[in-house]
Amino acid sequence: MADLIQTPINRFDSSEKSGGLARYIADIPFKDMLFAKTLRSTRSRARIRAVHLPDLPQGYATIDRTDAPGSNRVHMIEDDWPFFAEETVNYVGEPILLLVGSDRAEILRLLSEISVEYEDLEPVLTIEESLAAEEPFYGERNIIAEYAIEKGDPDRAFEQAARVFEDEYCTGLQEHVYLEPQGVVAVFEKGRVTVYGSMQCPFYMKNALEQAFGWEPDRIRVVQTTTGGGFGGKEEYTSVLAGHAAFAAYKTGRPVQLILDRAEDISVTTKRHPSISRYRAAVDDRGNITALQVHIMLDGGAYAGLSSVVLQRSMLMAAGVYNIPNARITGQVLATNNIPSGAFRGFGAPQSLFAVEMHLHSLAEQLGEDPLDFKMKHALQRGDQTVSCGRMHHEVKLPEMVHILEEMSGYREKRRSLREQSSRVLKGIGLSLFFHGCAFTGSGEQDKIQAVVKLRKGKDGKVEILVSNAEIGQGPHTTLRKIVSHTLGIPVGDVLYGNPDTDRVPDSGPTVASRTVMIVGAMLERAATDLRDRMHEKGEVEVTRQYEQPDYICWDQDTLQGDAYPTYSWGANAVQVEVDPVTFEIRITGLWGVYDVGTPIDEQVVLGQIEGGMAQGLGYATLEVMVKKNGKPMQANLTDYIIPTAGDFPRMEAKLVKSSYEYGPFGAKCVGELPFLGAAPALVSAVEHALRQSVTRIPVTPEYLMEAVEHDHPIHPER
Amino acid sequence: MTIRFTLNGKEVSFDTDPLRRLLDVLREDFGLFGVKEGCGEGECGACALLIDGELANSCIVPVGTVQNAVIMTIEGFRETERYRVLEKSLADAGSVQCGFCTPGFVMAAEALLRNNPTPDEEAIREAISGNLCRCTGYHMIVEGIVQACRIGAKLWAKPTDR
Ligand code: FES
Ligand code: FES
Repeated sequence: MADLIQTPINRFDSSEKSGGLARYIADIPFKDMLFAKTLRSTRSRARIRAVHLPDLPQGYATIDRTDAPGSNRVHMIEDDWPFFAEETVNYVGEPILLLVGSDRAEILRLLSEISVEYEDLEPVLTIEESLAAEEPFYGERNIIAEYAIEKGDPDRAFEQAARVFEDEYCTGLQEHVYLEPQGVVAVFEKGRVTVYGSMQCPFYMKNALEQAFGWEPDRIRVVQTTTGGGFGGKEEYTSVLAGHAAFAAYKTGRPVQLILDRAEDISVTTKRHPSISRYRAAVDDRGNITALQVHIMLDGGAYAGLSSVVLQRSMLMAAGVYNIPNARITGQVLATNNIPSGAFRGFGAPQSLFAVEMHLHSLAEQLGEDPLDFKMKHALQRGDQTVSCGRMHHEVKLPEMVHILEEMSGYREKRRSLREQSSRVLKGIGLSLFFHGCAFTGSGEQDKIQAVVKLRKGKDGKVEILVSNAEIGQGPHTTLRKIVSHTLGIPVGDVLYGNPDTDRVPDSGPTVASRTVMIVGAMLERAATDLRDRMHEKGEVEVTRQYEQPDYICWDQDTLQGDAYPTYSWGANAVQVEVDPVTFEIRITGLWGVYDVGTPIDEQVVLGQIEGGMAQGLGYATLEVMVKKNGKPMQANLTDYIIPTAGDFPRMEAKLVKSSYEYGPFGAKCVGELPFLGAAPALVSAVEHALRQSVTRIPVTPEYLMEAVEHDHPIHPER
Repeated sequence: MTIRFTLNGKEVSFDTDPLRRLLDVLREDFGLFGVKEGCGEGECGACALLIDGELANSCIVPVGTVQNAVIMTIEGFRETERYRVLEKSLADAGSVQCGFCTPGFVMAAEALLRNNPTPDEEAIREAISGNLCRCTGYHMIVEGIVQACRIGAKLWAKPTDR
């Protein structure tokens, strides 16, 4: 192929989507389909005494925990999450039963006639309350998971420190707001259950249904339909909906459509974990950080879900892109009577990267050093030991990236000049350095996922990709095709790739952890290399490849020690802001980013991820406020829960540095989550610069800034 | 109540409850699934279409209020030359990711370009500010519309209406 793999091509899904031809789950009518709506808990924590049902007309039915043929628990890590509430409800919005029937208005009417008798129990609604609770509701201590990792001798380093600094950082809830709300349709036919729907991980759903039904694997089938965004929100939560709809289809014998409306979707689906992180740094007399002590607390909500793995990533990213000789990182996920927190782009990393970046920033200011110089003198280099005592096996291009970022943004000059300008608004510029550990933690790919990919050459010479990874907007229908076509030397149009159907594709793992291109793409590259030698064969040829872990990865999952990730992608962001000194409104006036993602498989797809991730990260940092009252989100629609619009941010300037990862396809590393991570710390440090005021919490709203300025003393020395 | 309007160039007339949302009527009765429901509250623009040439969110329009109106959805618009230019420009610019928002943006772009065939970037951002996209960060959508104006300037400059 003459074209380089990075040269953009038109996405395969562009035309059908822009013309309204693509069929999302709500666009697919099934014959004799019933509709469904969920009756949900109105209490944060209560015992269910009784549920009183009205007489149901012919053709209407309720489904509850007694209708799970096998198990009422959703298969995730702990299996503690019930499909339908058991004796107690543990958060507002928890499903109690499902009502199905043929007329939506009638379903709503019947639902309004159901009454639930509750016996209220004392809920815990915050991390602090969970820690303090005298009678824990979850396990013995309200702790879903806790870990500790240690490097060197942090106690000694703190004893010998010239100075010790401490800060606490908080981050809030965030809702995914994939534009297509969650939805599934379940069908029971010829002894088998099939679930169609909007999802990231067909085999997670299939495994959950196998347990829920207690059936042989071949009686469960899952088919992904065109999916309108996921961002992690359609990773594990979709299994809950699949169970509900599948039990109903099994019970009624009719296809059952369960689609959430936006208010319901915002109110009851998983969110990003709120966090509190305590950072303590030991600094020697030359101004070098000798030790970090970090304690991270995540609000896990009512059930474990994926929280333990989210916490691991938070902790493994907690020292940021810095080489800190001694460290103790501890973390806990606290159970609360809130909506279970779940997977969301970055998966625990945004919370700790915000904290560590702000902490280094604050250290630099207090030590009278330039934040960028201070950060760079601590930056990781190839060969350094990571916080989990693994190695930085690959090249770290931060110096080059920072250099480019400085040129693009004029950071150094603006850092001096912006404060001196006299204007009504206060101006500032800030910066963040960050990385993302690509794919599953440690040897998760080998131990847990064990992905398999398949390529099938048909008689017509076309080659079909058979993997379980889903196009959710991030581009694999285009990027994976490119990888296969470039390896085989055939036109990209001769490579086929449809939405995964578990009857047809092997389990190549979930569409998560930015792993699709780097891990699955690399396996496809190898499979295509095998197939290349057999392309001349007449008739069908099938090639299968299994995941093989690179030899250099050493990991101990019990102690969380070793190479936490196969490799890292890197980023550096600068953000320029204006803050109104009266209203404290923040206006972003400049956005810059430099990234090392290895070889971009398609520059445009990669830039699309970068721009979209940046916008979502800036939303997280500023606009996206979600607070709860008695466990209920106060922002339950898109009028109140504000996400960025086209007018909010200026065009971002982004550059990629040249780099290549030997085990990635054509040298590619991970992309999807990385661009989210740098937005909040860069923005907030710009706000700090403008206001000369320390900011330790996101979202940073005008109300919060006003309060901070009133009550705090500026901690930053005037420079 | 009998409702009559022009839908994608065809006269239609049918009996229904005038309070039903136009969005539901189009999807359920006419199978026009390009009109998406993203929020149901007039906030996201996924259900956007043109009513008498003006952009509207069909999820907050009771069908009884569009008596005798001229309605164009993505299904009608995609048959036009202007759509083909937009489709290509959006593809070239990388405007489409998950695509759930895209038909709505296409309709918003058409509504803008009908009135202003040579908008600057600010006018484009203003015109699509009622449409939410969670995937792209908007820049590539803006770029797609910029390219469409460049390539298709003449198409929109003509005083046509349908
Ligand atoms: S669905 Fe109509 S504006 Fe969102
Ligand atoms: S492309 Fe996904 S919401 Fe716009």
